[in-house]
Amino acid sequence: MSEKIEVPELGAVGLARYLWRQLTSMRTALILLMMMGIAAIPGSLIPQRITNAIAVRDLYDSNPNLARWYDRFYLFDVYGSPWFSAIYILLFISLIGCVLPRTLEHYKAMKAQPPATPRNLSRLEHHQEFKADEKALENAALWFAKNRFRIKRDGDSISAEKGYLRETGNLLFHLSLILILVGVSFGALFGMRGEAIINVGERFINVATTYDTLSFGKLTSEKSLQPFEVKLDRFNATYNPATNAPIDYKAWVTVTENGISRKQILKVNQPLTFGNTRVYLQANGYSPVVTVRDSRGNVALQGPVPFLPQDANLRSIGAIKVPDADPPVGFVANFVPTNQRTSGQGAISVFPELLDPKLLFSVWQGDLGLNSGVPQSVYRLDTDKLRKIGLGSVKPGETFTYPEGSITLETVVPWVNLQVVRDPGKTYALWGGIVAVLGLLSSLYGRRRRIWIRKVGDSVEVAGLAKNEAPGLQAEIQAFVAAVKGDK
Amino acid sequence: MQTTWAYISNYFIYSAMAVFAISFVAHAFETAFAVRAPEKADVTQGNLLVKTLDYQRTEKAARIATAMMILGFILLLGGVIARGLSNKHVPWGNMYEFSITGALAFTGAYLAALRKYDLRWLGLFISLAVLLTLGTAITLLYRDSAPLVPALKSTWLVIHVVAAIISGGVFLLANVVSGAYLYLDYKESRGGRPAWLTRVPTLEVLDQLSYRLVAFVFPLWTFAVIAGAIWAESAWGRYWGWDPKETWAFITWVAYAAYLHARVTIGWRGRRAAWLCILAGSTFLFNYVYVNVWGTGKHTYSGL
Ligand code: HEM
Repeated sequence: MSEKIEVPELGAVGLARYLWRQLTSMRTALILLMMMGIAAIPGSLIPQRITNAIAVRDLYDSNPNLARWYDRFYLFDVYGSPWFSAIYILLFISLIGCVLPRTLEHYKAMKAQPPATPRNLSRLEHHQEFKADEKALENAALWFAKNRFRIKRDGDSISAEKGYLRETGNLLFHLSLILILVGVSFGALFGMRGEAIINVGERFINVATTYDTLSFGKLTSEKSLQPFEVKLDRFNATYNPATNAPIDYKAWVTVTENGISRKQILKVNQPLTFGNTRVYLQANGYSPVVTVRDSRGNVALQGPVPFLPQDANLRSIGAIKVPDADPPVGFVANFVPTNQRTSGQGAISVFPELLDPKLLFSVWQGDLGLNSGVPQSVYRLDTDKLRKIGLGSVKPGETFTYPEGSITLETVVPWVNLQVVRDPGKTYALWGGIVAVLGLLSSLYGRRRRIWIRKVGDSVEVAGLAKNEAPGLQAEIQAFVAAVKGDK
Repeated sequence: MQTTWAYISNYFIYSAMAVFAISFVAHAFETAFAVRAPEKADVTQGNLLVKTLDYQRTEKAARIATAMMILGFILLLGGVIARGLSNKHVPWGNMYEFSITGALAFTGAYLAALRKYDLRWLGLFISLAVLLTLGTAITLLYRDSAPLVPALKSTWLVIHVVAAIISGGVFLLANVVSGAYLYLDYKESRGGRPAWLTRVPTLEVLDQLSYRLVAFVFPLWTFAVIAGAIWAESAWGRYWGWDPKETWAFITWVAYAAYLHARVTIGWRGRRAAWLCILAGSTFLFNYVYVNVWGTGKHTYSGL
């Protein structure tokens, strides 16, 4: 390489200043903006852990090599990846570096007077000259005041300007983007999110142990959970008999906060609100209420066992684990709310409501492994070390007896999945959004223009100039001229 | 479960299609017959007759074409409203309903713009595009009218969808204008426009028009995205989750922001700006078609 690359002799400070200027230039911002749009694409084509963890696992099963490569480039976590973060952090530094100085400049410009009237008005657009009497300048000043132009008067001329709102709006818009980012970060750092399955009749208490899953933002912890309770009194799901599609979900709850209880209704688009924390109705299913007796006739388990829905008709799977029975037993079970009366094997549900509920199961005996320390899904039973001792099915009120005991299906209650979310940043993000729209409106529809008038002998000269080709200036000047002439 | 209103809606849609077809024929007629060969034989260029455009001759056909467009709009509006009445909810539960409402917005955007600009040269493409949309909707996407799933029952959904559909209609109109710009630019760079296109405005006017359209609806699109976020917050507990639909709405937003920047602050005009405009519009279309039909996010209510 014979060509010498020109490196300005800058030193550390100079280099920093040079980089800063590059980063906050319009061109860099525009490139970063485009890059952010492009960088968002892979996340919409490749399954993401945050939205579709199951698909990610499937890909790992079907094509582990590809999946490993994807993971290496964070393609399953695009929106939290270092490269995506790098782009938007740079973009926002660039934005701040550009918008803050411009805001100051604009503030000064707003307080300053409009620039003086140019010497030669006839060279400007919309120029006209006409006879007028003494009161011409007074009329002009009155019209400017009425139309809220800011004016500078010197001697025989007036320079007037209007439409600063355009630049104000533009700056507000860009500043609001920063506010939105602040809101998003606040939510990520100080928020929490958890889920809990609650059977009808049960109570949800907002402490960490109630949750099935729970995660906190980086700068917050369990201590921050707000104290409240939600008791699920009743739940009703209605379905379209023709299509089986859900029509409405509705939960009747009793909410207790600061020692005061009130009745409320919880629906899909109608969460409960406790300050920054909201409780959402997220999913529903069924819990068969069972009584399991062991070989000596003792009740070893009694109560509802939540089952996990598998399809739109709420065929559900579950595991009933009875470690306290003598001997310990477990059930691998299917539950169908509306049993299909066919001869075929396996359970099929034909409607999601409890029209003809049935619990089908196999019974297993042996060490259930609950004390082994290996975490187990509550919906599955690891049958590797177990022995099958029975196969049966029951409807509500029925009892199935096997050599080492019996199981009775007492009734079936619905459960709901409550999602609890705390997002202290969303108010900022919302305000950012509102300001963004207002800023855009005044920026895109605002018109900045100047009008000048000068008295020369017994006639006056008028001219106007619009920035960004503001339309309608012609008409405005016509109105102005009429006012100057004193026409009503 | 089809209700009477759903049948009425279908009749409205079929009638609207018939009327749009008449409008299309009228537009085609006036475009074709406005072209005429010169009476004097000496107006030739090389061996070719120089044809001219005289659309005074076809003014009547143009008026009929526009009147049919308005009638089609009214019938389509009736169809959309009847579809809503058939289930007592806003008719945006699946792809079919999105499509007929989108066609309504597109026609509406054209008719609204027609009040300010003489855009009748566009009518041929508009009526064809609407016919294709409605035809696809009723043959491929049709679904019986059905109640909304619970997550869709929200006032914010109504607001969000109205804003998004209007924005979409105007974005697509801007795309058509940009496409016309590119085509004419290509034609002019090799010798001139064909006669039937001589009444299409100058390149500068088209360039400005597509910018005006985008600048006009960009705030509305911004609002649509925000309204969607508010809805998502009340339905799913998060206002933004990088669901494919949300991601593409964001990409569209970024693309149009880049377009506005390129024009306002860097001064892009003409061909480059037109391509950028079309690129941005394509991200919108992509979201509508790909994510609705093949996507896997929470937003896939297409009913297919
Ligand atoms: C460092 C970053 C940025 C800088 C320096 C910047 C600067 C500017 C400037 C100078 C204008 C022109 C205003 C006018 O002449 O009226 C503008 C307009 C605009 N900017 Fe940005 N901007 C930046 C980032 C962004 C971002 C991230 C977005 C959104 C995605 C955005 C969206 C817009 C829009 C939509 C307009 C058009 C509004 C108008 O025409 O007034 N900008 N920006």
